[in-house]
Amino acid sequence: MMNEWVIEAHDITKTFQMGEVEVHALRGVTLRVKRSEVLSIMGPSGSGKTTLMNILGALDHPSSGSYLLDGEDVSGLHDDQLAAIRNRKVGFVFQTFNLLGRHTALTNVALPMRYAGVTRGRRKRAQQALEAVGLGDRIRHRPAELSGGEQQRVAIARALVNDPAFILADEPTGNLDTKSGDEVMDILLNLNKDHGTTLLFVTHDPEVAERTERIVRLRDGLIENDKGGGA
Amino acid sequence: MNFWQSILEAIESLLSHKLRSALTVLGVVIGVGAVIGMLAIGAGAQDTITGSITDIGTNLLFVVAGGDREVVSNPKPLTEADAEAIADPFSAPSVLRVAPMISGSAEVSFAGESTHTSIEGVTPDYSLVRNVGVVEGEFISELHQLGRAAVVVLGQDVAETLFGRTQALVGETIRIEGQPFRVIGVAEEKGGSAFMNEDNRVIVPLSTIRTRLIRRSTADSVDTILVQAAGADAVPQATEEITAVLRARHRTPIGGDDFSIFTQQDFLATAETITGVLTIFLGGIAAISLLVGGIGIMNIMLVSVTERTREIGLRKAIGARKRDIMLQFLTESSMLSLTGGIIGILLGWGLSQGVGAIAAASNTELVPLMSLDAVLLATLFSLAVGLFFGIYPAKRAADLEPAEALRYE
Ligand SMILES: Nc1ncnc2c1ncn2[C@@H]1O[C@H](COP(=O)(O)OP(=O)(O)OP(=O)(O)O)[C@@H](O)[C@H]1O
Ligand SMILES: [Mg+2]
Repeated sequence: MMNEWVIEAHDITKTFQMGEVEVHALRGVTLRVKRSEVLSIMGPSGSGKTTLMNILGALDHPSSGSYLLDGEDVSGLHDDQLAAIRNRKVGFVFQTFNLLGRHTALTNVALPMRYAGVTRGRRKRAQQALEAVGLGDRIRHRPAELSGGEQQRVAIARALVNDPAFILADEPTGNLDTKSGDEVMDILLNLNKDHGTTLLFVTHDPEVAERTERIVRLRDGLIENDKGGGA
Repeated sequence: MNFWQSILEAIESLLSHKLRSALTVLGVVIGVGAVIGMLAIGAGAQDTITGSITDIGTNLLFVVAGGDREVVSNPKPLTEADAEAIADPFSAPSVLRVAPMISGSAEVSFAGESTHTSIEGVTPDYSLVRNVGVVEGEFISELHQLGRAAVVVLGQDVAETLFGRTQALVGETIRIEGQPFRVIGVAEEKGGSAFMNEDNRVIVPLSTIRTRLIRRSTADSVDTILVQAAGADAVPQATEEITAVLRARHRTPIGGDDFSIFTQQDFLATAETITGVLTIFLGGIAAISLLVGGIGIMNIMLVSVTERTREIGLRKAIGARKRDIMLQFLTESSMLSLTGGIIGILLGWGLSQGVGAIAAASNTELVPLMSLDAVLLATLFSLAVGLFFGIYPAKRAADLEPAEALRYE
C-alpha cells in the first residue's frame, strides 16, 4: 500500500546549543508533502531552511516533534537506520554538487547502490540514470572534466538511482549560470512530469520558486506562509 | 560492499596523494625491514653458534674437576682411573666412549718457523668422541699411547704456518717446547668459530704430554674427561651414572661433588638463551621503529579524515553506515602498512644479506636465516599495525555527523 504523504512532519523544533546560548533554528514546523508534489522552501538567510532540509532528509534528528518519512516514523531511529532510510528514500542534490573528484561520473552515480548492497546490474542502472539526465556520452568523465551544469546533472542522476520517495535540492542552481541553471531545473521538473518524482527545493532564487506549484516561506524558524499546496 | 572494490578504491585514493602515501609507507618499510633484518641476523648467529657447538661432537658430556656449589673439604682431581671407571659398561651403561685429556699451550717450531698454539694430550678414542679425522696419516693409536711416543697430529693452521702447506707432512719432525716430535698425521679442517679455532692446535698422546710437556700435581690426573653418551636420550642417564661412579670413587657420599658435569645440551641451552635474548633485544629495538611507522600512518590518516570531511558527509548522506566509513579508512591504512610490510621484508632480506656479506668478508661465518615464520609474522604484524593505528582515525570519520560534515568548509 502506497502512502499518499511522503512527508508528514508535525511540530518540529530544532535547538542548537552554542555554549551558553540556545539557538532556536526551528520553533514548531508542521509540513505535509504529497507524493508527486513539487515545492520550494524559501526564506531569508538564517531562517532555518537548511536545518529543516536536514531533518526532512533524515540527516539530523529534530529536538522535538514527530516525523513520518514515506509513512515510516524516523524520530526514534539511530544513525545506521537513518542511513538506510536516506539511502532508499531520499535523493540529495547540493548547491556544491558534492561529487567524488577521483571517480568517474558512472562510479559517482553507482555509489548509492553500493551502500544499498546492490551487487548486480549497478553499471547498467547507473548508465540509465545518466542517460535520463542527458549525460549518456559522459559516463567516463571525472567531475573536473565536466562543466558545472553537467556536474549537477551527475548529482541528479546519483539522487535518482535508488528510486527515492523524494528529491531534496538545496540551492541546486546556486552555483550555476542562468542557462545551466535552467537546464538543471528542466531536468528535475521533467522527472516530476514523466515519473511523478516528488521534489523539494530550498532556494533564495525567486525564478526557481516561480516554477514550483507550492511555495513554503520560513521566517525565524516558523512557517510564515504556505501557498499553492493542497495541505 | 564488495571486498575487491574496497581495496581498489583504497588504492586509488592513496595514489591520489602519491608522495604522501610513499613517505608513510617508508616509515613502515624501515620498521619492518629492521625487524626482519634483525631476526634473520639473530637466527643466523644462533645457527652459527649452535652449529659450532654440535660440531664438537654428538651427545657429549664434559667432566671437569671442582664442584660448582659447596666447597668440599678434600677435593680430588680427576684421573685416568676415574675415566676408566666411567668407561666400565656395568657401572655406567649409558656411556659409549670416554676420552680423558690434558690441554694447554705450547711453542711449536720447524726450521726457524715457530708459533704458539694450543696443545692437547688425548687417547685414541678422542678421535671418535670429538669426531676428529685426519686428511693424511693416522691419529694417535693405542701403541703411541702405551709407548709415550713423541708423535703429533697437526691442525691445518699449524701445518700452514710451519710448512706453508697441509699435505705431505707425515714423517717430518717438528719441535714442541724444544723437543722433537714426529708428524704422524694432519687433522681435517674444522673451521674457525666464534669461540675457538680448532685448526690452530697440535694433538699428542696423553701419556706423552703428561711425561714430557705438562706436569700435573698427581701422577695420572687429567684436566677433562670427555664422555660420549649412547644417544641423545641417554645423556641425562649418563650424567647420573657418572655422578654415582665419581662420588663413590672420590668418597663423597653426601654433600657437594668435587667435580662438575656439563652436557652439550647445557651449552646449547645457554647459547640459545644468549642468542635468543640478543634477538629479542635487536628485534625489540627494530619494533620501536615499526611503532613509529604506525604513528606515521595514524597521523596521515587523521589528516586524510579532516581533508575528506565533506566526502564523508556526502557518503553518509547517500546511505553509508558507520561501518562502511570505518571499513573504507581501515582498508586505506592497512593497505599502507601492508605495502610497507612487503617492501620492508625485501629490505630486511637485503639488509641481512649485506650483514652476512660483511661477516663473510671478515671471515666470520654468519648466514642470515629468514624463516617463513618471520615473513608471515611481519606481514601479519604490519597489517595489524595498520589496523591498530587506523582505528582511531577511522572511528573519527565514522562518527562524523552527516549534517555537520556537509557544512564543513
Ligand atoms: N550546527 C549548528 N550549530 C549552531 N547553530 C546552527 C547550526 N546550524 C544552524 N544553526 C543556526 O540555526 C539558524 C538557522 O540556520 P540555517 O542554516 O538552517 O539557515 P538557512 O535558512 O539555511 O540560511 P542560509 O539561507 O544562509 O543557508 C541560524 O541562526 C544558524 O546560525
Ligand atoms: Mg542554508
